[in-house]
Amino acid sequence: MTISRETIINIVLALLLLAIPYAAIQFGNPFYVTLATRMAILGLAAVGLNIALGFGGLVSFGHAAFFGIGGYVAGILASHSLSGAPLNFGVFSVPGTNQMPVIWLVALVAGGLLAAAIGAISLRTSGVYFIMITLAFAQMTYYFAISWPAYGGEDGLSILVRNQFPGVNTMVPLNYFLVCYGVLMVGLLVSALIRDSRFGAALQAARQNEVRVASVGITPFRIRLVAFVISGMITALAGALYADLNRFVSPSMLSWHMSGEFIVLIILGGVGRLYGPVAGAMLFVMFEFLLGGMTERWQFFLGLILLGVVLFARGGLIGLIAGKPRHG
Amino acid sequence: MAETILELRNLCKSFGALKATDDVSLDLRVGEIHALIGPNGAGKSTLIHQIAGTLTPDTGTIEFLGRPISQLGVAERARLGLGRSFQVSSLASEFSALRNVMLAVQSRQGSSFRFFKPVMRDRSLVEPAMAALARVGLKDRADIPAAELSHGERRQLEIAIALALGSRAFLLDEPMAGMGPEGSRQFTGFLDALRQEAPILLVEHDMDAVFALADRISVLVYGRIIASGTVEEIRHNPEVRRAYLGDPQ
Repeated sequence: MTISRETIINIVLALLLLAIPYAAIQFGNPFYVTLATRMAILGLAAVGLNIALGFGGLVSFGHAAFFGIGGYVAGILASHSLSGAPLNFGVFSVPGTNQMPVIWLVALVAGGLLAAAIGAISLRTSGVYFIMITLAFAQMTYYFAISWPAYGGEDGLSILVRNQFPGVNTMVPLNYFLVCYGVLMVGLLVSALIRDSRFGAALQAARQNEVRVASVGITPFRIRLVAFVISGMITALAGALYADLNRFVSPSMLSWHMSGEFIVLIILGGVGRLYGPVAGAMLFVMFEFLLGGMTERWQFFLGLILLGVVLFARGGLIGLIAGKPRHG
Repeated sequence: MAETILELRNLCKSFGALKATDDVSLDLRVGEIHALIGPNGAGKSTLIHQIAGTLTPDTGTIEFLGRPISQLGVAERARLGLGRSFQVSSLASEFSALRNVMLAVQSRQGSSFRFFKPVMRDRSLVEPAMAALARVGLKDRADIPAAELSHGERRQLEIAIALALGSRAFLLDEPMAGMGPEGSRQFTGFLDALRQEAPILLVEHDMDAVFALADRISVLVYGRIIASGTVEEIRHNPEVRRAYLGDPQ
């Protein structure tokens, strides 16, 4: 079996991202470790979105809702763990926790449930209507968070001490990067498995031709709903990591800017490509840092770059280097 | 009389003032090719759409294998065994010919909710798909994306998909359009044998093929069936000659 050019690029990107924090420490610039962690987390969020948007052609403009709910899960559980007060759900109550594995699990479940609810309604529409209805749902969560004073409302919620991962001191930036990088790799593995599986075949075929999929006896709606749920879960997990990176959660994680940013990442990196979200996140964070260092209006230049990609390199960075995707 | 597989009774469908399907009744029996002919705009494709489920009739019933299917969606009807080819071919265009057929094989095997095993390494998918491609003569083109196949090849691919689905009846909407004379002749031979596997409701403009293949012919004009019978009966039916075959008398 020959190794495709895309596989080589993927390996290079994975190693490059891993090398950044070590190089940063080597050259005495530990701040860059945090940048690399940001790349990994935003990449993971976009890996989630890529399953819906890239594989399934479901242009969700509401993935900030899942990112945010993951963030709030981390923030809320951590704050209860710190105060010692249990979370009350009326009939029963549970204690908070500062253990990342538990937080991640709760974030996955919460993201999945929210995605199931949003998807069940949104997926009855398509095209522009789907974009708008997912945006509307995400904005609802945004305004809900703003008007909920128990957890900081508009001001957000601080996580005083970063949550714990068994056997790892997460307050050391390099350690936390490695945790996030590990989760990203697992996310990419899940994404690759889905892409090549029967489920992925049906999902990608439904993007190309919905009538064809129905004509062989597969109901596109069910396939898409499950894809949307998986997608939301992964993005929620990224949200939990993001909250711990910043040790802060605020409604801005739920805002439509965030949803737009995820879409931008995927377009920059390559829609529907396994490592497209990673390439996109690395480029985005780099642009944000480099251009942001030069001018406050860096987003104007990001816009120009995006315009260039959309006009001249539709496949994003991966498409530019590896050519069109191959479907076996 | 042979067993009836598909039966339409008093089907009506209007688009505004236009009666696209006007009280159509017809059936499809085991082992036969039932051809549906008629001038352009007679409502042949509209009828196929209603049988397949992409359009809903205003009134009337459709029974398939003895059960009413009017309330079922496209995917459910396909799962029951209604295989279909489209007037304008409809495929997953980025996927190779092989992967298009594999999609039908995986549907036939039951579940698409399997997330781990790579499809390309799954012999239970690849082998039946390859066999279906071989039957329509597309084995050598298995790796070509559907978008890069010729028109004729895409029709063949759609038939291969219907075969892989284990269809109990075939709805073929102009399967020979876009094929050269040689391809047409070969394909006529293929359909001739296919009827033993499952009956075919055939919409076709190529009259030579229709007269060579059909056990029965129904003639649709302005949404109505004006005649139905054997090839000989239709050939000599004066109304059909006047309305459709362009007889000068």
